[in-house]
Amino acid sequence: MAAVIQAVGTTAGGAETRALRLAFLAMVAIIAIAPLAVYPIFLMKVMCFALFACAFNLLIGFGGLLSFGHAMFFGMGGYVAAYSAKEWGVTPELAVLLATACTAVLAWVAGLLAIRRQGIYFAMITLALAQMVFFFCLQAPFTGGEDGIQSVPRGKLFGVVDLADNRAMYVFVAAIFLGGFLLIWRIVHSPFGQVLKAIRENEPRAISLGYDTDRYKLVAFILSGTLSGLAGGTKSLVFQLASLTDVHWSMSGEVVLMTLVGGLGTLFGPVVGAAVIVTMQNYLAQLGAWVTVVQGAIFVVCVLAFRRGIVGELGALFKGRKLR
Amino acid sequence: MSEENILETRKLVKEFRGFVAVSDVSLQVRRGHIHALIGPNGAGKTTVFNLLTKFLQPTSGQILFKGHDITTERPAQIARRGIVRSFQISATFPHLTVLENVRVALQRQLGTSFHFWKSERTLDRLNDRAMELLRTVNLEEFADTVTVELPYGRKRVLEIATTLAMDPELMLLDEPTQGMGHEDVDRVTQLIKKVSANRTVLMVEHNMNVVATIADTISVLQRGQVIAEGPYGVVSKNPQVLEAYMGSAETELQGAHG
Repeated sequence: MAAVIQAVGTTAGGAETRALRLAFLAMVAIIAIAPLAVYPIFLMKVMCFALFACAFNLLIGFGGLLSFGHAMFFGMGGYVAAYSAKEWGVTPELAVLLATACTAVLAWVAGLLAIRRQGIYFAMITLALAQMVFFFCLQAPFTGGEDGIQSVPRGKLFGVVDLADNRAMYVFVAAIFLGGFLLIWRIVHSPFGQVLKAIRENEPRAISLGYDTDRYKLVAFILSGTLSGLAGGTKSLVFQLASLTDVHWSMSGEVVLMTLVGGLGTLFGPVVGAAVIVTMQNYLAQLGAWVTVVQGAIFVVCVLAFRRGIVGELGALFKGRKLR
Repeated sequence: MSEENILETRKLVKEFRGFVAVSDVSLQVRRGHIHALIGPNGAGKTTVFNLLTKFLQPTSGQILFKGHDITTERPAQIARRGIVRSFQISATFPHLTVLENVRVALQRQLGTSFHFWKSERTLDRLNDRAMELLRTVNLEEFADTVTVELPYGRKRVLEIATTLAMDPELMLLDEPTQGMGHEDVDRVTQLIKKVSANRTVLMVEHNMNVVATIADTISVLQRGQVIAEGPYGVVSKNPQVLEAYMGSAETELQGAHG
């Protein structure tokens, strides 16, 4: 795993920055045009998962920390947004903000406990904490247990724009996704991002240069968890539903899958990965239980054939050609 | 404690489940000296380094830096006090560029290292200083190279540049010439001599030629204990040292380990 991260996580030169900017513009264009051809709810789902995967990737791809409990942030964000929108009748932007704030606190507590350990132990602690959150959500009265929180009203954005209209909702989700994506881009290329990459590359060395690495890892964990909560909260408004699915451990696995398929430690990899996986789940739905088998097969092929993921391999190809 | 000693250890002990790796080590490192720590494999040299930089917690004993007791401080705190170490295996950030490697060390002083909302271009003002450091070690032409592509010897030199970026009062070098060819060894030896001006260097070293050339004081460690101390001329004739290295007191110590 570490080798894969290191293989793809190089820093950006001038040409690479330009390529990334072009890719971003292309992505904005696709988001603008796609609803003409594709079902908008599906696109919104892709964007929510893409943001989730990008947030997850911030932690593993740039911080070198493999969390196996990110569903707790995604799912909890969903519950908080759904509950506050339905029971308190708050406006959607407030519901999403509340979800983000709550997951920030959750990430802070979980992070404090988890970052004390490294590698597989870190993953196991995050998994254990996520399981605790799952059982909390199963038992707590406000989540509706097995039923979840259903028919959540999307409400009116700032009390004005009715989000029941899918087009308005689409713009809302696109804005959140692009905002979150740009924030992650900035984090990766910030003074903080530099230190984070140094810690990923060689933690003892970073310590010997005077960095209290645990504090940097904690901040990265909180940022990652918070953005996952933002994605989860948004998703619950899109589907007007918050359920146990989003807080289940298999969701933690799914986001790992999306990130790996798309390209760990690349900015656009998780977006592509999320699109591929969500598309598969949607269009292969008639296969029933076989979806999981197909997914598993793709995962195996990915890990064996192109370890850097789709975007990672494309990037390597591009660089290789330039060198020649 | 005298002003002359920048670092002092008092009866430093480290036990691992009953195995005594470092036993009653009392070192005095004079300010401005190049002090070498030598000894056969497994003598506890690297363990001493790890204790001094608090990567390991001593079982008992005291560490004093400029008269302050730093025995209970965290590794990052020690680094900020001005004791900066290198590692036995080359310790660079392989997928950052050479310039960025040095800049990471300079970056902390800006106080913006937690600013995740700022552009990394705010770090560019450190580039001049970073280039200057690379020039000191003759790596300027590699500034934009991704570090993983550097040859081994140059990585070790980059490590020294990164350590220098912290402007440490005390530099701890763990086998800086290990695994190098003759040319690189000479280059690094000269470099250490050059950068030791105005600072103190404590180094673990196997290469006796290096030690003989640049070290002012040598402490010989065997089975966790200091068995001899002094300048090369004295230490190299000490029968106990000869026995530790050669298994007999007959032969004179000559460039052990090449």
